[in-house]
Amino acid sequence: MSAPIVLDARNITKTFPGVIANDKVNFSLRKGEIHTLLGENGAGKSTLMNVMYGLYTPDEGEILMNGYESEELKPVEIHNPHDAIHHGIGMVHQHFMLVPVFTVTENIVLGAEVTRGMSLDMRKAQRQIQELSEEYGLAVDPKDVIEDLPVGVQQRVEILKALYREARILVLDEPTAVLTPQEAEDLFRIMRQLTERGVSIIFISHKLKEVLAVSDVITVMRRGKVVGSTTPAETDEEGLAAMMVGREVLLEVDKDPAQPGEVVLDVKNLTITDQRQIEVVRHVSFQVRAGEILGIAGVQGNGQTELVEALTGLRSYQSDHVLLNGKQMPAESPRPLIEAGQSHIPEDRHKHGLVLPYTIADNEVLCTYYRPPFAHGLQRNEKAVMDYAEKLIDQYDVRTPSPLLAASTLSGGNQQKAIVARELSREVIFLIANQPTRGLDVGSIEYIHRQIVDMRDRGVGVLLVSAELDEIRSLADRIAVMFRGEIVATVKAGEVTKEALGLMMTGSIIQNEKAPIEA
Amino acid sequence: MTENLFLQNTLDIFRRWWITILISLLILIALVWGIITGPSVTTAVLASTLRHSTPLVLGALCGLLGERSGVINIGIEGQMLMSAFIAFLLNVWTGNLVIAVLAGVLTGAIMGLMLAFMSVTLKIDQIIGGTVLNILAIGLTGYFYTVGLVTEGKFQPIPLGPLADIPIIGPVLFNNPPITYATIILVFVVQYVLFYTKWGLRTRAVGEHPRAADTVGINVFTVRYVNVIMGGAIAGLAGAFLTLEAVGSFERLMTNGRGFIALAVMIFGKWTPLGSWGAALLFGFFSALQTQIQFSGVINIPHQFIGMLPYMLTIVVLAGFVGRARPPAADGIPYEKE
Repeated sequence: MSAPIVLDARNITKTFPGVIANDKVNFSLRKGEIHTLLGENGAGKSTLMNVMYGLYTPDEGEILMNGYESEELKPVEIHNPHDAIHHGIGMVHQHFMLVPVFTVTENIVLGAEVTRGMSLDMRKAQRQIQELSEEYGLAVDPKDVIEDLPVGVQQRVEILKALYREARILVLDEPTAVLTPQEAEDLFRIMRQLTERGVSIIFISHKLKEVLAVSDVITVMRRGKVVGSTTPAETDEEGLAAMMVGREVLLEVDKDPAQPGEVVLDVKNLTITDQRQIEVVRHVSFQVRAGEILGIAGVQGNGQTELVEALTGLRSYQSDHVLLNGKQMPAESPRPLIEAGQSHIPEDRHKHGLVLPYTIADNEVLCTYYRPPFAHGLQRNEKAVMDYAEKLIDQYDVRTPSPLLAASTLSGGNQQKAIVARELSREVIFLIANQPTRGLDVGSIEYIHRQIVDMRDRGVGVLLVSAELDEIRSLADRIAVMFRGEIVATVKAGEVTKEALGLMMTGSIIQNEKAPIEA
Repeated sequence: MTENLFLQNTLDIFRRWWITILISLLILIALVWGIITGPSVTTAVLASTLRHSTPLVLGALCGLLGERSGVINIGIEGQMLMSAFIAFLLNVWTGNLVIAVLAGVLTGAIMGLMLAFMSVTLKIDQIIGGTVLNILAIGLTGYFYTVGLVTEGKFQPIPLGPLADIPIIGPVLFNNPPITYATIILVFVVQYVLFYTKWGLRTRAVGEHPRAADTVGINVFTVRYVNVIMGGAIAGLAGAFLTLEAVGSFERLMTNGRGFIALAVMIFGKWTPLGSWGAALLFGFFSALQTQIQFSGVINIPHQFIGMLPYMLTIVVLAGFVGRARPPAADGIPYEKE
């Protein structure tokens, strides 16, 4: 690597009350490289980026830059995003900073408007953006309104926003978390085009496959410290995972063959009509047995979310045969389901999993707070709640200083652990896990996979819904594929290749285990 | 299905052109009215329409400047009332109408500053903040007002040369006192500022997604302060209109809910100045019509029912034509930096 260093962060230390988020971190970026910052949630990646973008002031350390021309590095002061933009640093936030009702042009020029006299000159701005988008191969229509655009295109707008401000360093904070695989491929192509034009990219991620595919250099952080730098040529997934977590990590789930027992969930001919009067799930029938994991595979938006909502009592459906443990279950009524032994790890942990402003302790008794020992009549038993919460926090390794902190203070992985703790510590006969590891790092994924398999081995029936093919393939015993609201195929997990599953998910192969129509 | 589609299309066309349709409808009704009753009554109704609409559209401008930047202002009523009172007092003391207007505007701006301080800096609930202003204004004006104060007079109409001689619309549009003219100009100025200038783009961004604005270096707090204060000043002008132009003196609670109707007008106008003007004119027209009907005594039903007319008709017409409006996404939510 002979390209000059454009940015050099030296000895960055940043502490928050009780935590050293960055401990003497060194990080240097060369011109035209894709430099990945890899680490688990809470390893200090975001803190470091926020220091570089002027959102945090470091306690110690300095940032040097070369001004993109000379070889010589000089210290720079970055106190706010404005300074960062001035020094050519652009950031694409994980949650897009776009105004949904504005056009592409309005969003890009916001804060750096083109004017003629007192008026905005939108035509000129559109022309500039058109040129910029052609130059960098980022296809957008400047006149489109953001909220009408797919996420992948919105991300392009974010990148253009940085380029419009003449960014020479681009920070991409977990950019693929919200993208479909195709959109992610597009993004990688764009990233390479950008580096060919001399832009340097800091890529933050914890998805090992894509990190290996796209990076020039990989710097790994763990618990606030840089543990080392490497390149894709020198390492592999296992190596990176070990560096991140600090121990060997099992990427494949180690499990024995399933021993299916009685049917715990029996669904026949279930149809769901949504608010728009469209049938999003059509005549679906399946069974889940005790001690097995039925995986539901499918591209997102093919009815899985609605199916899970129906089964957990959150949505109405049409079917007169939904039996849990042999008994017909009432629709649209979660509590009887919970009391009958159904557990639910929801897709969206903020919306359906936790009450974020409540304490962790209260969240742990969210399904049982009204029953002894947590309540006697109208009286709550605070001590029982606390004892129970402390026990779960300990047992499921939820990292928090106190059970009395709000659930919103937990990191994503720990929030998910808190939910898993609540859902698996009850009397469970049937578990629905919907996207249980979305957005989590390898350590947490490994942990949650282990828990799910353990539940199965204890004789719980598990319905696993996931958009990650690898997850479905490694966990499920049987796989049902959903496409346009129907189960188009049901296969044994060991008997199908990844490619065949992929084809089924796009509706190219339709096969059914048994005749679809039953009297 | 096809009928449905036809209905949908027709509705769409209505929604796109509702201001035009509405205004042509008004003119049509006015003309028919004119033919039946003679031109003097038509002129009287139209002039009264404009008079009724002026404080409403000013109040709506105040409301929408705040809400476009993310601050709900339900204290418009209080801002108007306080400004009306101060403008009246200054008129009594100095006898100078210009100074009185400026005092009213300044009072409104100060009330705006108070709202901004409460909702932007202290981040208290904005509905409470607005209510505080309303109660404050009612209390202070009620306490300090003494009956028997006399003023030197009020603003008189200024005819704009030959334009004022155009039949029917001449006297309506081109023979008005100064605040009415200023209001019409202000509608277009605010429309321009909000949708065609840098400041307007930033204001709308702050009202929709303040964090996005913050990350590109826009100071959310400044934008909100300035808009709320400017809005307050415009509400102050509405107050000055009431005492210095419409009535010529002050009465207790003389705003009579106009600050709240202004909010409805703003929503019906979809948070745009031109739309609000259309809604205010519509409401003003029905108010004028209602007065006319009561005076003429042709229809013999209890006057309370006729009094409801403007409210009923406004709701029916606007709910039918305007369709759903969407407020700014960050409306009413205090901004916290990370």
